[in-house]
Amino acid sequence: MTPIDPARKDLVEEFRHKTVGHHSGDLRRMLNAMRTHPDLPPYILVCTKPQREWHLATKVPGRHSEVELLDHPPFHDPRDAEWTVFRLRWAALFDEELPHER
Amino acid sequence: MSVELPRKRIIGYADELSVAPGETIAFKASCEGLENYEASIVRLISADLHPDGRGWIEEAVASPIDGGYPAREQAIPAGSWAIVPAKPCLCAETFSIAAWVWPTTPMKGDQVIARRMTADGTRGWSLGIDSDGALSMQIATSGGSVTVATGVTLGKRVWCFVGASVDGESGTVTVWQRPQKSWPGHDATAEARSALPGHVDAGGLPLTFAAAFDREQGDQTFGTGFYNGKIEAPRLYRMAMNGAEAQARQDAPDHQTSLIASWDFGRDITGTRISDTSANQAHGHVLNVPTRGMKGHNWTGEILDWKAAPHQYGAIHFHDDDIYDCGWLTEFSLTVPDGWKSGIYAAKLQSGEDQDYIPFVVLPPRGEATADVLFLMPSASYMAYANEHSASHGGGFMQSFSNGLSGLSAQDLLLNERPDLGYSLYDVHSDGSGVAYSSRLRPILNMRPGVTNAWVGPAGTFPWQFNADLPLLDFMHHHGIACDVATDEDLHDEGLGLLSRYQVVMTGSHPEYYSKPMLDGLQAYTERGGRLMYLGGNGFYWRVAYHPDLPGVMELRRGEDGIRDWVAEGGEYYHSLDGSYGGMWERQGRPIHALAGVGMAGQGFDSSTYYRRTSDSHDPRAAFIFEGIEDEIIGDFGAVGGGAAGIEVDRCDYTKGSPPNTLVLASSEGLSDTYYPGPEEIDNASPLIDGSQNPNLRADLTFMETSGGGAVFSTGSIAWMGSLTWNGFDNNVAAIMRNVLKRFRDPEPFPEP
Repeated sequence: MTPIDPARKDLVEEFRHKTVGHHSGDLRRMLNAMRTHPDLPPYILVCTKPQREWHLATKVPGRHSEVELLDHPPFHDPRDAEWTVFRLRWAALFDEELPHER
Repeated sequence: MSVELPRKRIIGYADELSVAPGETIAFKASCEGLENYEASIVRLISADLHPDGRGWIEEAVASPIDGGYPAREQAIPAGSWAIVPAKPCLCAETFSIAAWVWPTTPMKGDQVIARRMTADGTRGWSLGIDSDGALSMQIATSGGSVTVATGVTLGKRVWCFVGASVDGESGTVTVWQRPQKSWPGHDATAEARSALPGHVDAGGLPLTFAAAFDREQGDQTFGTGFYNGKIEAPRLYRMAMNGAEAQARQDAPDHQTSLIASWDFGRDITGTRISDTSANQAHGHVLNVPTRGMKGHNWTGEILDWKAAPHQYGAIHFHDDDIYDCGWLTEFSLTVPDGWKSGIYAAKLQSGEDQDYIPFVVLPPRGEATADVLFLMPSASYMAYANEHSASHGGGFMQSFSNGLSGLSAQDLLLNERPDLGYSLYDVHSDGSGVAYSSRLRPILNMRPGVTNAWVGPAGTFPWQFNADLPLLDFMHHHGIACDVATDEDLHDEGLGLLSRYQVVMTGSHPEYYSKPMLDGLQAYTERGGRLMYLGGNGFYWRVAYHPDLPGVMELRRGEDGIRDWVAEGGEYYHSLDGSYGGMWERQGRPIHALAGVGMAGQGFDSSTYYRRTSDSHDPRAAFIFEGIEDEIIGDFGAVGGGAAGIEVDRCDYTKGSPPNTLVLASSEGLSDTYYPGPEEIDNASPLIDGSQNPNLRADLTFMETSGGGAVFSTGSIAWMGSLTWNGFDNNVAAIMRNVLKRFRDPEPFPEP
């Protein structure tokens, strides 16, 4: 698996500007490594209003594990949720805060 | 934190999926923590909750069921097992019980293999696996209870001959386990013996396999202590033996004088009966569809079809989370009045903020058509995906798969909490084996208006299956085009007769699962002048089976090839319900391409794209399709990923069976790199595999004439329907649909090209 390169800010910017949909090959490799990283919280969303509102949560992969809501304001756009989770993962991996804005 | 996890407190199902006027449908429901609810019937038009979508459109339909009802909570008797009713012949003071077992979760905790014991454990005997994973025999006698265990953990997925012997004369009990295979340092062979504290009396008690009897409640029978794994050839003898003696007798003929009963699970594989081949005829039955037609310990690998060697398929695989019929009490029943329009309806149950919709189809009167167009609702596919758990179980893998975070709904959260609601054909059981049966006689939480699958699209925002198909009904309603609705089960039951009453048949967005009667009916329809609008992707892909005596259950063996979330064990590719060979239709000489002009090319779940018209679109034969449409780009908009081409896509392939007269009118461009072909497309992997590099991975929009003046129009894309309603139906996807429908409804035969 290709290691996540913290110097690849070009990929961070690519994701920041387009969090969902078609991504470059290098960005996909980075995202896959982050999403399946065994040491990062197993983030997931909980939908509280269909197509309108989501809350950040964690759930360990697997059968019937507990879903825990995190203390975070709700999202009203899945793209905001994607960027927030990317920032959280990045901060945990590299102790570096990424811009809040997309 | 003030926010709480959303909770679904009303769930229900109906005993039928479709009913004609004059027929009755019964609705079942369970409410958690509610005192009462209001019920009504609605006709569903749109459940499009997309921010730019059509919104929620339902029509209230007055009926006698309207009104308030007291709420009650109803339990689900999940878990498969078998029961042999009590018979005096099953009793003996000295006896042995023996069977072959293939445990899949030996360390799960106490599990029953065979039992004749009261629910409170005060009388009788119970052979099972204990918390150490070892074989144990529990005996409750007049003089007290004793449990004898081998103390050696059984091998997981290793065949083992197990049993216990009670010698009433000498006052001893013996248990044994004799694995078929051992390895250096891993030999689970063991035998243990103990004294009996008194006489065993199991008189009047049923004999059960794979679970203990717990209780009866109305029509429901609840078990407990469920075993996961296979049981084969259980036998009951009227004599005491050790393990070696019992194993020697196991293969001896059934007419041994010592034999009380010998159950051959290789008989009656298609049904629910378990047959005792001894003279005592102590037959029983299984509950909750355990998997049958399973390889036994004696399977040689030379024969792959259980019909050809049922003695090698004498095992039943039991699961603690199988469910067939919840058996709930009826809340209310509706006899569909004459004059109700055919369509998709739902019983709406509402209590404050809590609600559930239980969808059902109103058919036209039996043997009649009330429109010239039929929407063939892909209920087999809805059942295949029923209560699917992929996002809940998949973690980061699913996020990479769909290129985004999953968004769990209240429905997903309840499924995560309640294994008794059962699984989809995409899930595995608690022991890791694939789910081969899906029943609609249980609440199906993802076949609900407005409910999407958690992993399809960012945060689960792309409509999918039932909700992806509702826009077609909205489209028809908006344009005032009458449209009858029937389900896959109706097609399975009636075949060509159903379709032949219609000028046009329209599919759903993902009609993936087809039984042989369904496929034969649709194929014959297209060959006799019928007009088929295949409005989806990855259609007609898997072969499934139904059984006439088990209404509401469907079987799939994911064998040999195709996109499989689990894979059937080698030698277990034949359906138990009808004996047919499972797997892909393409592998059985029925390529999708021959029926539809296109066939499965690949899938991706993060975004959709558009089609670009080809030179074929300017062929005079296709002029009617593009009348009034100048655009070269088709469908660069929509609720399913922003385009009409995507999610699961099909292409025209003349080498795979697309008829030579198939016109490719338009092809997709720009699928993302989360799109991959199915395994059947990858004979030898190369880097040219993903969406942006693979020339064979595309959606093709096609048209072809068929014999008898018929025709087939195919979109080759699940996302197509998500674009229909865009911009108030003022878009080129809707325009193409209007054009195709106009010509397809015209009985004038299509001339041969």
